Amino acid sequence: MKKLLSGNEAVARGAYESSVSVASAYPGTPSTEILETIASEYPDIYAEWSPNEKVAFEVGVGCSFAGGRALVAMKHVGVNVAADPLFTLSYTGVKGGFVLISADDPGMHSSQNEQDNRNYAKFAKIPMLEPSDSQEAKDFILQAFRMSEQFDTPVMVRVTTRISHSKSLVELKDKDEIDEPAGFIKDVRKFVMIPAHGRLRHKIVEERLEALKAYSDECPLQQMEMSDTAVGVITSGISYQYAKEVLPKASILKLAMTNPLPEKLIRDFASKVRKLYVVEELDPFMEEQIRGMGIDVQGIGKRLGELSPDVLVEFFSDKVDGVVRLDSKAVTETPLPGRPPAMCAGCPHRSVFHILKKKKLTVTGDIGCYTLSVLPPLEALDTCVCMGASIGNAMGVEKATGKADNLVAVIGDSTFIHSGITGLLNMVYNKSKGTVIILDNDTTAMTGRQDHPATGRTLMGEETKRVNFLDLARALGVEYVTEVDPYDLDALDKAIEEAVNLDRLALIVTNRPCLLLRRDREVHKVEVDADACIGCHLCLRFGCPAISTVSPDDKTVQIDQTLCSGCMVCVDICRSDAIKEVTEA
Amino acid sequence: MSKITNIILTGVGGQGILMASEIISEAAAQMGYDVKKSEIHGMSQRGGSVNSHVRFGEKVYSPLVVKGDCDLLLAFEKLEALRMADFVKEGGSIVVNDQQIIPTTVISGAATYPDVTDEILKANVKSLTFVYALKIAKEAGNPRTANTVLLGAASKRLNIPLEIWEEAIAKRVPERAIAVNLKSFHMGLQIA
Repeated sequence: MKKLLSGNEAVARGAYESSVSVASAYPGTPSTEILETIASEYPDIYAEWSPNEKVAFEVGVGCSFAGGRALVAMKHVGVNVAADPLFTLSYTGVKGGFVLISADDPGMHSSQNEQDNRNYAKFAKIPMLEPSDSQEAKDFILQAFRMSEQFDTPVMVRVTTRISHSKSLVELKDKDEIDEPAGFIKDVRKFVMIPAHGRLRHKIVEERLEALKAYSDECPLQQMEMSDTAVGVITSGISYQYAKEVLPKASILKLAMTNPLPEKLIRDFASKVRKLYVVEELDPFMEEQIRGMGIDVQGIGKRLGELSPDVLVEFFSDKVDGVVRLDSKAVTETPLPGRPPAMCAGCPHRSVFHILKKKKLTVTGDIGCYTLSVLPPLEALDTCVCMGASIGNAMGVEKATGKADNLVAVIGDSTFIHSGITGLLNMVYNKSKGTVIILDNDTTAMTGRQDHPATGRTLMGEETKRVNFLDLARALGVEYVTEVDPYDLDALDKAIEEAVNLDRLALIVTNRPCLLLRRDREVHKVEVDADACIGCHLCLRFGCPAISTVSPDDKTVQIDQTLCSGCMVCVDICRSDAIKEVTEA
Repeated sequence: MSKITNIILTGVGGQGILMASEIISEAAAQMGYDVKKSEIHGMSQRGGSVNSHVRFGEKVYSPLVVKGDCDLLLAFEKLEALRMADFVKEGGSIVVNDQQIIPTTVISGAATYPDVTDEILKANVKSLTFVYALKIAKEAGNPRTANTVLLGAASKRLNIPLEIWEEAIAKRVPERAIAVNLKSFHMGLQIA
């Protein structure tokens, strides 16, 4: 029986079929559903949300050292955070199999960059598999674990958004029965990477790479699909599907294992076709290496954004017979208004940015739903670099300018736990006078509401200790800490005013849960009194999706009751008392 | 590419687009077809544009539909219908929910909402159907089933028998909502 699974669900199933002992991750699009599925469908596996990707990776390393199979999943930029243990795990090797899932996001649908993590596999000298659909996303996991144990190496499985979030049919299998983890067995020359041991292991890493090169040529997952020999294409992952779609007659070398590349196989394929292309997304990862082998090959040249069948049609239409650009005329000449994502109606973050904007403060920002406050009409965010960066960025601005009274760092609760704590500690240590606002909405909202150490619940649904941000900040040495309800505009305004003008470090925690959590919320109904509305449109500048004008030329505003969450903040924003609470009779 | 049925569902995050594409995929799989569907999660859910591509047939490679090759565009919102209309092939179909959701760019005054109905009538397609899905869903008993009303209307353009649709709906929607969704589906079917 075949089942429709997303790539992420298939990876989770692969973890189950591989008898994984420990699965760990920090949520990040497009990887999040891997751990969610493991936790909900396969309770035999210990699964956890770790505070960040580095910790998740290290938990996996411990599991592997104790002889258990470990699966660690993260988005592409998460691998940057986990890179430190990754590079040294390459040296120590494994006991139980270790598989790293890197979910890349070409096109940056939900990311701050579109780095190509295939480079990490080459850089860390570890093998890499690239599935091209959900079936392979499942099957390659077991292959990766076996390869990891056979070659004593971590293995990277690289997926992309179009693998993770596409569904296709998958044939399920039973569990691969393996021995129970042997437990931790002392082996200092393997597990303790002091320089003397590291030098020994580095030699092993280089020898392993040679063995893996030979294996890559023999690996049964590599597929040569010979057809018309006029055109040959070397490809991998989702790019394979696009190539098959657009070039149905071409011969294709579909590589499942893309690090190290199978040189003999590539030479053999190249000798059989008249014109050789590489179809790959983002960096010329294979193209450059194949050219380095002295083989004449042409890449598709596109380095920006996501690959698609449309891109390939465009590229091949003047090169390969039969590739025809379809006639698709624009239906309208009218410029269409964009529809960017926005913070929800009633989002507790909105009022914070409304006030920061009003006060004309410089706001160093971070990663989360609140990053959307950069967009009109709020336009209140000034930086966004990576997880946790807001705090360090604010510190640097303060030290460069000698001023902290015009500056605020904002960071979400989950992001603060991920990598903001050390930044705040740095502010204490290096005597900052700045202000940090933790936008605590009690969840990791942007990725779909996952728990973290300050929510009181684990991924596996157990109650647990809950970090209190005020206590934590005090323990770090922050002397001025305060908590405020972001729906209370006056209190929020005062708290921010006081904090930025204070001649010492201040921390504000805003404490409304994400309204998508729907926990015991009071619901109010508000309406616009059309007679009282003077058409000043101050409320429209608040940027709530539930408030709009009736028609574009209209002065009077209306509230969309299907969108309104009843937060009542707009009642305080309106200066003419035109927005009023309606009490149901 | 001719033997593959290409569908794009488009609309605004929160309208139940992914559930609808899930039901189509499930129904196609029940028919014994190879199926692929692809969409973007994450950022786009926050009230942004959402597209879901569904392709089924004997053997499907790409999960994405090529521009100009879409057989059926099922649009949950009028502006989004217009945005994706050039994906539809000549001889294809468009089913549009007669609903306007004002994007933040229009609310803030940076842009104006165009006269979508006039513009979309220019599309060179075989059939164009407007559906008052929200109104019909309310009549059926739950405004949140507007997506199933649209699915019912769109199902006329796909060669899948009614019992397969019913089975797929029953399999995918929460148990307590099966009856109202089936009702909405049938009401959608009536108007197409």
